[in-house]
Amino acid sequence: MIKVEGVSKRYGSTRAVRNISFEVRRGEIVGFLGPNGAGKTTTMRILTGFLPPTEGRAIVAGYDVSEDPLEVKKRIGYLPENPPVYPEMDVEGYLRFVARLKGVPSSEIPSRLENALDRVSIGHVRSKLIGKLSKGYRQRVGLAQALIHSPDVLVLDEPTVGLDPKQIIEVRELIKSLAGEHTIILSTHILSEVASTCNRIIIINEGEIEASDTPANLTARMQGGESTEIEVDGPAADVERTLAALEGVERVTRNEDANGHASFTVDATTGAAIRAELARAVVNAGWGLHGMRSAGMSLEDIFLKLTTEDHEDLRQAENLAHGHQFHTLPAAQPSDDAAEEEKGEAQE
Amino acid sequence: MSNVLTIARRELQVYFSSPIAYIVLAMFGVIFGFFFYSAVAFFQTFSAQAAMNPGMAPPLNVNQFIIEPTLGNFTIILLFLAPMITMRLFAEEQRQGTIELLLTSPVSDYEIILGKWLGAMLLYACMLTVSLINFAVLFYFTTPDWRALAVGYLGVLLVGGALLAIGEFISTLTKNQIVAGALTFGVFLLLWVLDWVNQYSTTMVGKVCSYLAFPPHLQQFTKGVLELKDVVYYVSVIVLGLFLSKRSLESIRWKA
Repeated sequence: MIKVEGVSKRYGSTRAVRNISFEVRRGEIVGFLGPNGAGKTTTMRILTGFLPPTEGRAIVAGYDVSEDPLEVKKRIGYLPENPPVYPEMDVEGYLRFVARLKGVPSSEIPSRLENALDRVSIGHVRSKLIGKLSKGYRQRVGLAQALIHSPDVLVLDEPTVGLDPKQIIEVRELIKSLAGEHTIILSTHILSEVASTCNRIIIINEGEIEASDTPANLTARMQGGESTEIEVDGPAADVERTLAALEGVERVTRNEDANGHASFTVDATTGAAIRAELARAVVNAGWGLHGMRSAGMSLEDIFLKLTTEDHEDLRQAENLAHGHQFHTLPAAQPSDDAAEEEKGEAQE
Repeated sequence: MSNVLTIARRELQVYFSSPIAYIVLAMFGVIFGFFFYSAVAFFQTFSAQAAMNPGMAPPLNVNQFIIEPTLGNFTIILLFLAPMITMRLFAEEQRQGTIELLLTSPVSDYEIILGKWLGAMLLYACMLTVSLINFAVLFYFTTPDWRALAVGYLGVLLVGGALLAIGEFISTLTKNQIVAGALTFGVFLLLWVLDWVNQYSTTMVGKVCSYLAFPPHLQQFTKGVLELKDVVYYVSVIVLGLFLSKRSLESIRWKA
């Protein structure tokens, strides 16, 4: 449905988007994830034909965005970061205007209007001035505007920004309900949002795609099994050795805080439940067990890892995901890599 | 074409659902009424004097004494009111971010520009309708030449179209309505006084400046004389304004 090939966008000397390529199949919900200024909005604006790309091609619903912009625009519904609403118009008048603008035949406008109002449940404010509505409602009017011509592709730039938690859930449900008949691209910097709504995540950072996969695969890729953080009062070296010897433990990493307290991150092989074992081992050895918590790598961690570290670290993270052990590797690697790795660990 | 009308209709809706249209129309009505009254009053005194002194009077003519000066002064009001009409056209869209809606809708840039210009023109046409009330009074009491009046109105319509097209272009340049308004007013004023150059310079520069100025071209129209060169002048200014708006709109895409 959407095919982006080597798209770059330059503003003067700064490159907002560098050589991005990806594909989205019909009916998919794809989430763009990235910190502010990563190039999400620019990418979306290129897709919607608002901005011409400096290089590369973007094809939406079979039409090239640069060559047939009008055909593409007919098939796209776009909700920019700030809903493009006219505060001095009432909701219904505004939606009628957008419907006409998007080329909806006038005989169909009433039914499309009702449908859109219904979809985002704003029927009860239909005759209110948009300027008098709260941010949440304005956002919904923005969504209704994107939906009104029932486009093949929906591009939503941060659709839940500024909404209260209840509205956020509603909007997410709405987005999910739209999947299938519409292909959806949404951007966000909220990770739980992509995790809960998207089939696929594309992580963008500094204008480049860092990763593109399903939420589950991304999590799995970055992290082998379950990892547990444990705080033990005892001789650190002994503790480390004891814990590493337990069955199901793949790796033990020692983290010392500024006060000299040691805590350990214990990675288990996939599927092993090791917490009870860990506790027993610590208690049996006569050490004090101060705390234990799951340190499972959340999407947040993955995101931070991908967007704050450089590519060397990324590769290491991938190695890690494939079962290599950090602590045995440095000897086999060039020394500057080892230094990088130390740094990476310190950051964690 | 239907897209142009869609956009024009929305513009008109905005003018009339905000105070803009009412303020502009009311101010215009009052000021134009005063201009008209002054012309009538002057005509009355003048004809009273002429009655006592038949030798000094040229043939007295309602068209020449009332319609011509009133329509000539018309543009002075336009000088102030046109920036108020055009300054929001694109500046507001850019500030609100609604320009993204327009530029991502299946509408061409020209349709957007024409639609907005047409919207402004329709409001302007409402102003003209208001001014017609005054002349209706004139027609009730006397019999002026309606053809000369029609040509005069055509001229006034063209001047308005030209000013609104320039104003629209200036509005695409900025997000700030005040900046757009001030700039538009400055440009209008300059175009207004440009033919002063003609009074002290007989060189080519003087001729060009005087040709570029608005008022000289209107004079023929208000006299009731339809000259092709004046029509061409105004139409080319309109086309130029719309063309520049189109280029500027393209650059909004590049800059955004």
